[in-house]
Amino acid sequence: MTTANILGPESPAQTRQPVLQARNLVKTYGRVVGLDGVSLELYPGEVLAIIGDNGAGKSTLVKCLTGAEVPDQGEILLDGQTVRFRRPQDAHEAGIETVYQSLAVSPALDVASNLYLGRERRKAGILGSVFRMMDKKGMRKEAEEGLRNLGISTLQDVTVPVENLSGGQRQAVAVARAAAFGSKVVVLDEPTAALGVRESNQVLQLVRTLRERGIPVILISHNMPHVFEVADRIHIQRLGKCAGTITPQSHTMTEAVAIMTGARKVDEKGA
Amino acid sequence: MSHQTTEASPPAAQPDLAVEFLDRRTPVDRARQALHKYPALSPGIVIILAIIVFGLLNPRFFYANNLSLVSQQVAVVGTLAIAQTLVILTAGIDLSVGAIMVLASMVMAQLASHNGVPAPIALLLGLVVALAAGALNGILVTRLKLPPFIVTLGTLSIFIALTLLYSNSASVTGQDIPGLITGTGNTFKIGGVNFTYGVVMMLLLYIVMAFILNSTAWGRHVYTVGDDKEAARLSGIRVNRVLMSVYVAAGAIIAVGSWIQIGRADAASPNAGTDINLDTITAVVIGGTSLFGGRGNIWGSLLGALIVGVFRNGLALAGLDVLYQTLAVGVLIIVAVSVDQWIRKVRK
Ligand SMILES: Nc1ncnc2c1ncn2[C@@H]1O[C@H](COP(=O)(O)OP(=O)(O)OP(=O)(O)O)[C@@H](O)[C@H]1O
Ligand SMILES: [Mg+2]
Repeated sequence: MTTANILGPESPAQTRQPVLQARNLVKTYGRVVGLDGVSLELYPGEVLAIIGDNGAGKSTLVKCLTGAEVPDQGEILLDGQTVRFRRPQDAHEAGIETVYQSLAVSPALDVASNLYLGRERRKAGILGSVFRMMDKKGMRKEAEEGLRNLGISTLQDVTVPVENLSGGQRQAVAVARAAAFGSKVVVLDEPTAALGVRESNQVLQLVRTLRERGIPVILISHNMPHVFEVADRIHIQRLGKCAGTITPQSHTMTEAVAIMTGARKVDEKGA
Repeated sequence: MSHQTTEASPPAAQPDLAVEFLDRRTPVDRARQALHKYPALSPGIVIILAIIVFGLLNPRFFYANNLSLVSQQVAVVGTLAIAQTLVILTAGIDLSVGAIMVLASMVMAQLASHNGVPAPIALLLGLVVALAAGALNGILVTRLKLPPFIVTLGTLSIFIALTLLYSNSASVTGQDIPGLITGTGNTFKIGGVNFTYGVVMMLLLYIVMAFILNSTAWGRHVYTVGDDKEAARLSGIRVNRVLMSVYVAAGAIIAVGSWIQIGRADAASPNAGTDINLDTITAVVIGGTSLFGGRGNIWGSLLGALIVGVFRNGLALAGLDVLYQTLAVGVLIIVAVSVDQWIRKVRK
């Protein structure tokens, strides 16, 4: 962040060191090529949107970046250091939190339990250290506070099993979990797909809040107005490849969609 | 369990938002919702009704020595049902529970009687064998990614064969086995009813396992892995590690079952546990644990084992043929699974 300030906002992003960087990622599923040599940089304090048609490889890309899938080829760097995430936990430990498209919540567990899933807190003293007792009360209380602080008002009661929530409320649980634990990077794969207008705006606001806190965000969305409203840069994914990276200033929505669908190339701009 | 975090408060005492969320509910919906939230509720009702009915049919049901007999009949199945519950909670099934129990019991009895191994060491080696058997199941499920049904169907045969090879198909009688090993069959009196130490051991195991499942992260992960494996993985849970630990823990619990079985039979027989495996599955299913994983309660399995024991005993006391006991258990299974299916419709 300090380097960024010294260089000033005018300086091209490229001179800064990316927080998260991918080089030539390849991922195949049998004969299906999910990713075909994709590179991506995420710079400090920016919101990077990824757009693309269905099956373009957006989810596969973020899965490779967050340890949910191991790429066949290519390299991932975190703060310039090569990292090898073999499982989601590795990415969690590096401070990368993700809302996957499938949400990855456990239906039978309540909201608070889902927020702490995989990182349950133990009680203090020997109850926790010897008997390994979870601090259920503490987690519930902090879950309530956390949701309030994030401005997520759609989840009133953290003791409700997630299976009793609406699709949008479930999405809110997943988003809240990522926002609460993400200390380095937050990745959101279509976080507003099932949300109402008000809730979508809350998530967009959350994305801005994260950016203000200096946490860069990768946001996948099919909603162009959302993307153009909140993104600093837009990575366009097409048929497993990156068709180009644009900004909301350099291109219009129509142009972005044209690139996405292959109707035009990025460099045709201004030609 | 975590999705029952409100269980500390009495069920009906506080208005529940989860329940209120689904409005316009009929009493039937209400019942379904309650059963969904408290899986041990329906077996609890069944056991109370069964006890009342069988008590009315034949007052001898309540005689001290009959109650003692029921408790002893339940001890082995009840213990193995703990192991079965763990596996079923992860959406698996363990067909080899009974075979492992017999294998470990033969190891314990034969080492102590024929090979002159001190009783505690013989018990320990029996435990090691059961742990290894559980670990084998776990490795096959997690590494070869085979369905638990197939894995344990295979290891069931393997363990039975190993038992017969090792024991030369011969039983060991109680006199030849040291008192420590058969001591699980010794009794003490509470209020005129004789209980065996084996029954106490079973109850202690239930208490410990209920604590682990309800209050530790591992317990929560067992449920989550059965509920949605992919969600568990993406949430940072080491799914294979949880599965492996479940099968190994099952092995440890089964070893205790072996010890109880030797005391109960006052012998170790290589042909002892042929139908015990189905009884454990019956107990777990009747106890309200879903065969689809992720939902259930360990106490339900104890109730399930009790229901099977009480039905068998009560029908026998009522003068019905053994075949009717088997028939009743069969009907119970089908009713229990239907109820489970019906309860699961609460999910959207
Ligand atoms: N687990 C998998 N097994 C086989 N093929 C897969 C798997 N996951 C993704 N694919 C394939 O990889 C390609 C990219 O899929 P991906 O999910 O990344 O697309 P996407 O851009 O996220 O699409 P959407 O907008 O629909 O979410 C698709 O052709 C898909 O069929
Ligand atoms: Mg996708």
